[in-house]
Amino acid sequence: MCESCGCNREEDFGLSTGKEGGTGFHVHRNADGHLHVHRHQPGEHAGPNPEDGGHTASTRRVEVRQSVLSANDRQAERNRGFFQARNVRVLNLMSSPGAGKTTLLERTLRDLSGFVRMAVIVGDLATENDARRLREHGAEVIQVTTGTLCHLDAGMVRSALDAIDLDKVDLLLIENVGNLVCPASFDLGESGRVVLLSVTEGEDKPLKYPPIFKAADLVVLTKTDLQEAAGYDRDLALETLRSVAPQARVIEVSARSGDGLEDWGRYIAEETRVYENLRKGVQSCGE
Amino acid sequence: MHEVSLMAQMLEIARSEAANAGARRIDLIQIRAGALSGVVPEALRFAFEVLRGSDAVTAGARIEIEPVAVRCRCRTCGREFEPSDAVFVCPDCESPDAEILSGRELELTRMEVL
Repeated sequence: MCESCGCNREEDFGLSTGKEGGTGFHVHRNADGHLHVHRHQPGEHAGPNPEDGGHTASTRRVEVRQSVLSANDRQAERNRGFFQARNVRVLNLMSSPGAGKTTLLERTLRDLSGFVRMAVIVGDLATENDARRLREHGAEVIQVTTGTLCHLDAGMVRSALDAIDLDKVDLLLIENVGNLVCPASFDLGESGRVVLLSVTEGEDKPLKYPPIFKAADLVVLTKTDLQEAAGYDRDLALETLRSVAPQARVIEVSARSGDGLEDWGRYIAEETRVYENLRKGVQSCGE
Repeated sequence: MHEVSLMAQMLEIARSEAANAGARRIDLIQIRAGALSGVVPEALRFAFEVLRGSDAVTAGARIEIEPVAVRCRCRTCGREFEPSDAVFVCPDCESPDAEILSGRELELTRMEVL
């Protein structure tokens, strides 16, 4: 009998090929139906110690209670303090691949760079293509290639900061890796979480990927110029967003036609608190 | 999607806690994974099977994953409830304005060590 793995419990598969002194291999089925094979060390099958809740004499319980993301969360808090001390606002832009993050950023840099000093961190699995596109608009752009990693984490943002002179920046825009799942779990130290959803993706996307929408401060519905071609049901999309993410503000834009960009400009103005300069920018942004 | 990197971090925490406790090896790792944590228990388990062998301390360990359901408190009437889908609407007053009490966690709760 093995007290440390409990493989003689009723729900176990109960296949123990390891008699004492035998091969030591145990095969049993966990409560969730998974087969589990493991091998015991000689002498491990000492009798249970009744004073230790039935554990083997030598095993002990260690309470840990540590969030697996705690290392990331600590770094994110350090980033946040670093940004606050320099009075830099930081937006974390998240969406599925192809929802229009880079295009919205291009338009933002083009229209607002006279009013807000911006820098961009771009995350992608590979290539400098997005950074190259954005650099054409004169902003400082740092490309982070994550290799196989599906999201940016706080440590990557911290490393990217070495290449940016934050004293010359009011707004740091972070374009996360295109992915609607993982980026939701990783705090980067941002002041605002922006989730983009394009009209071509389907009105029920927030129902399919609730965590990221529930974490959003702002949802930007993009590519509104394609509504008709996509057979997009605007009322249904807004209703779905309201039910899944009632906390989020929602704006609708087309970075291509310019429709709705004044709302995006207003959000940035409120975030960066540079209303005076932006009033002109918001106007030109919508033109 | 990132279960492998999360599991690598989890095993790092586990090994460092085991070292602090003066343990030679870990028999059992118990974790809690919330329905909103963005991880799939099956993928976590797979990552664990792959990664545990990378160190003798964890090579013989088992894992238990306790799923944590989403619990909300209605900000309008104060009722606590477990939503049945992604729309967190209060069953009493039908307000969608709910505070999430649990379901986001992903934590290593305890271990059995030798």
